[in-house]
Amino acid sequence: MHPSRNLMRHVHGWLLLTPAAILLVAFTHYPTIKTIIDSLFSKGTVIRPSRFVGLANYESMYADPIFWKVLYNNLWFALGTIPTSIILAISMALLVNRAMPGRSFVRMAYFTPTILPMIAVANIWLFFYSPDIGLIDQISSWFGISGHNWLGDPKTVLPAIIIMTVWKEAGFFMIFYLAALQHVPPELREAARLEGASRWYFFRRVLFPLLMPTTLFVLINAVLNSFKLVDHLFVLTKGGPDNASNLLLYYIFESAFSYFDTNYAATLTVVLLALLAIMALVQFFLLDRRIHYR
Amino acid sequence: MTGIEIRNLAKHWGDIRAVDDVSFDVPQGSLTVLLGPSGCGKSTLLRMIAGLEDVSSGQVHINGQDVTHKDAAKRGVSMVFQSYALFPHLNVRENILFGLKVRKVEQAVRDKRLQEAARMVGLEELLDRKPANLSGGQRQRVALARTIVADQPVCLMDEPLSNLDAKLRAEMRDEIHILQRKLKLTMVYVTHDQTEAMSLADQVVLLKDGRVEQIGKPSELYETPSTTFSARFLGMPPMNVLRIDQIKDRGALNGAIPSGSPGWQLGVRPENISIADKGLSVKISAVDYMGAETVLRLRHGKQNLMARIDGRTNAVPGETLHITWNADDIHLFDEEGIRRGGIDAKPSASA
Repeated sequence: MHPSRNLMRHVHGWLLLTPAAILLVAFTHYPTIKTIIDSLFSKGTVIRPSRFVGLANYESMYADPIFWKVLYNNLWFALGTIPTSIILAISMALLVNRAMPGRSFVRMAYFTPTILPMIAVANIWLFFYSPDIGLIDQISSWFGISGHNWLGDPKTVLPAIIIMTVWKEAGFFMIFYLAALQHVPPELREAARLEGASRWYFFRRVLFPLLMPTTLFVLINAVLNSFKLVDHLFVLTKGGPDNASNLLLYYIFESAFSYFDTNYAATLTVVLLALLAIMALVQFFLLDRRIHYR
Repeated sequence: MTGIEIRNLAKHWGDIRAVDDVSFDVPQGSLTVLLGPSGCGKSTLLRMIAGLEDVSSGQVHINGQDVTHKDAAKRGVSMVFQSYALFPHLNVRENILFGLKVRKVEQAVRDKRLQEAARMVGLEELLDRKPANLSGGQRQRVALARTIVADQPVCLMDEPLSNLDAKLRAEMRDEIHILQRKLKLTMVYVTHDQTEAMSLADQVVLLKDGRVEQIGKPSELYETPSTTFSARFLGMPPMNVLRIDQIKDRGALNGAIPSGSPGWQLGVRPENISIADKGLSVKISAVDYMGAETVLRLRHGKQNLMARIDGRTNAVPGETLHITWNADDIHLFDEEGIRRGGIDAKPSASA
């Protein structure tokens, strides 16, 4: 090929890539690298400017009991929300994937929590959980059960937030399962039925394996969401009481904008990024091989 | 002994009668083809025999037992679907063994039956492949193997060849036929393809709008169609059916036409027509050369005809010809389209 033609091809290629590359670099690559660099510097003040401290921020993070607390909370939060919301999502999708009266109404009802703004959702649930005047306490008072400060008690605050998150996420994940179920040909169920396969056997041996690509997608999203949750905490608990409902991202936010320690926040962010990257890799490499894609 | 008995079977959806008062018997070890245009209810009928569709009224008996309301799995039937219904995430082996595993058949028996079935349909080398990596014909074989291992006395097939190309279709048709006879299966086979029906069937049930139009051996349907619908449905090209009252030259029809019968129709197969010096005068509208034969499309007044002539002809479109046929080759139908006479005349509607 003529050298200048070849050059033009390269120029064209790069021109086509540039808009996407600019966005990626500006909002993903540059912030990531800057965060990693920031995490290696000390907090700057007027008197003492920021200086390179190596891994000192990581050492103080290792010694920070709140960091371990929020990490532990986050682990429980993930374990509490992910399996439950996935099981609920599959169940709801199976339920509305058949002919029944009011099907579209039920489908819409399941999806409503996803449409509502997060802050509004949190306010609704704040009313549910309010001690004595809240919905839950009012109903339980009919049965003679005295009120409880659900969000004020360190024992119940995290479960309370887990329940709200499951409520919100299950409907969203259901949509993906519903779409996947509608791509499963009905003859498969009929063929299994002729062989005498029970509903459960068919689900276990056919339907669930065919839904695995969806499950992987949902799983990755659920894991990301469980580490991304911050807006509910603003409205409901601000991470309290005594950090009982504090999660990693909210702690990062607090470090950066309440304590103005952006370098420590950067350190925590690097940990968060590393955790997410490890989990995404594990999911892709361990699960992906066992999944049948159509 | 009777394999399957269908008694006054019907399926209604509101006012729509998909299957309406259908009765026929399938003798054990024989092959019955349910034939008809799309929407005639043949698939619904098959699904009712399988137990996949509820019956509105009537009964299904299999091997002398009333199975009308019995669970599909307990009827002793296996089925091949039009789409084959293979499980995409399972390999060929697992697909074939699916039913045996559900029924908790012992491992040793499973392996033996798998080997037999795979050998019969020539899948031994492909057992570890997924359906996505198989050709259409190979997928069809997996579906057949599944039927073989199921070892059920009755086998139902819902347009099993319609997703294959013409050459493969002929090949698989023969294989299904050989298999059916070898395993002495009682088979009900749904198709809209008359070639499949003619070549496979011991008995053809021709359906129209959910009702039985005619039942009989393929030769009976071809030689003595009981209605103009049967007459036109079977045969390539189909039978010519002419309105007698629109033909002025009655002498040219070369048959005993009953007088005083307005609306009666005369049927004659294209292969029974020959070109002659005198007879019915027709104009050629097209000449379709097919190799061994030539099909002439003809026009008499406002009515179209087709004639099949061996080899080639020098006739050209626009030319006028005279055609004739033997008096023996005539079929007569009344104004309702019911057979009233002709070769081997029998009382109307053998159903």
